[in-house]
Amino acid sequence: MTRNRTSAPRWGLRVVVLAYLMFLLVLPVVVILYRTFQHGLSPVFDALTTSDAQHAYKITAIVAVSAVVLNTVFGVAAAILLVRHRFPGRRILDAVIDLPIAVSPVVVGLALTLVYGRNTAVGSWFGRHGINIIFSLPGMVIATSFVALPLVVRAVGPVLEEIGEEQEQAAATLGASAFQRFTRITLPSIRGALAYGVVLSLARSLGEFGAVAVVSGRLLGKTETVPLYVLDLYNNFNQTGAYAASTSLVLVAVAALVASRFLRPRGAMT
Amino acid sequence: MSPPASNDLSAGGGGTLAVPPLTGGPRIGGGRTARRGLSGRFVVGPTLTGGFVVLFLSVVVLIPLAVLVYKSTGSGWAGFWHQVHSPFAWSALKLTVVMSLLVALINLVMGTAIAWLLVRDRMPGRQFLDTIIDLPFALPTIVAGVTLILLFGPTSPIGINLAYARSGVLLALLFVSLPFVVRTVQPVLLELDRDMEEAAASLGASQFTIFRRIILPTIAPAMAAGTTLAFARALSEFGSTVLISGNLPGKTQVAAVFIYGKIQEDSVTGAAAVSTVLLAVSLVVLVLLNVIQLWVARRD
Repeated sequence: MTRNRTSAPRWGLRVVVLAYLMFLLVLPVVVILYRTFQHGLSPVFDALTTSDAQHAYKITAIVAVSAVVLNTVFGVAAAILLVRHRFPGRRILDAVIDLPIAVSPVVVGLALTLVYGRNTAVGSWFGRHGINIIFSLPGMVIATSFVALPLVVRAVGPVLEEIGEEQEQAAATLGASAFQRFTRITLPSIRGALAYGVVLSLARSLGEFGAVAVVSGRLLGKTETVPLYVLDLYNNFNQTGAYAASTSLVLVAVAALVASRFLRPRGAMT
Repeated sequence: MSPPASNDLSAGGGGTLAVPPLTGGPRIGGGRTARRGLSGRFVVGPTLTGGFVVLFLSVVVLIPLAVLVYKSTGSGWAGFWHQVHSPFAWSALKLTVVMSLLVALINLVMGTAIAWLLVRDRMPGRQFLDTIIDLPFALPTIVAGVTLILLFGPTSPIGINLAYARSGVLLALLFVSLPFVVRTVQPVLLELDRDMEEAAASLGASQFTIFRRIILPTIAPAMAAGTTLAFARALSEFGSTVLISGNLPGKTQVAAVFIYGKIQEDSVTGAAAVSTVLLAVSLVVLVLLNVIQLWVARRD
């Protein structure tokens, strides 16, 4: 039954919810767009094409893409393991995968520094072999992987569960190898969910701030990603630059939102 | 009319980023629906996959966290307590927990109201709202901080200045935790059978009675799970609070920012001790979440 009459409580609810969303979600974005483009396009363009900015975009791309690749491989492997196999410790593994959701990014950064920092056993061993992990790209990739870890697993898992494994078993009886079964049957059927998970991971990875702030050392022009660069500009009272870089990230976020809306596996996640 | 085609895009259906699926089977693998895998026949594949998964998890997550906990108690329990009880650490932890509880409570009410509006109110612009709800998940936290300080900072165009105040911290935490309750409650509301409500209405139950006796019991686990997630998120938040809080120790400095400050000062023990407390609270929250999920699974 649709109620055509719109009652007073319903109006009350509408007003409260819309006002809440207006002030918390919509207006902040409107204001940053306004402040960014208030003096036209050219200052924005100039701010985004400085060599520091370009470098920050490059670092962000390298770190985010590496972390997403790692998390995708890990995510698919972990999902297959959790859905298709029964083994001791499976529940623990399942729970541990959710751990990164609850751990503060700063704590992630600190934990990684304590293991892979230059003065630690592991860190100095790598250092002697010419690889720096902390205050360098590898540490930033690991930190980003940590915070985005559950996304691919949780996107792919339910779909993997839903499709079952009859087809895989049929292929196995026909002599298909494990690799063939994976590339010809499993992968095509989880394609949508995988793309969804990848988009979510990418959005999370591009924007990671706290963990990367700790492990990168925030070396301008060296290990600074765009989110770190935003803070740097802001602290140095370069508002035009800070707003321009922020807006570029807002646009990426909106693109990710739209993409995830189309990729969201229907009925699978909920 | 029953809700039309609840699986189309306009109806939303949540379950996005970092929100574990609550309905339709508790978690991956479900437990009771265990299928026999091919594992019996192919020993190498699963072992290799399992090895990789465990290795990756250990290198990225488990070993670092274990070392962190170990380091925090490196100088014994007395040293640990000394660090945690130092005035600024303690006030940061207290502020974080109190703020997170407040954020959880507000999210419980507003999140449920938003979910209700998205599912039950055929309002124009509903699809747009449904899309932007996830914005806090997609937006980098530092950018959230910049946008919030622009709107609610010293140069606020609407004349509200919450910068360097606890209300500013609250605002930032509300922003980043907004989607959790909405996205856990929304799918449950979507699946809710309207027949019972209509039966109750025909028997003369008031709207309020219907909500309290029929709807609320069904969505309560989802509300609890979403609120728990929002609480966990608020506890651990860093980026969005950095700018608007001004990080005044003892006043607006949250735990994560305190830890960051300690790391910058090279005071690792202090940072590690507060981190461990934060980690412990997070673990309790995760366990709580699992209990809620078991509760849901039982009821199904």
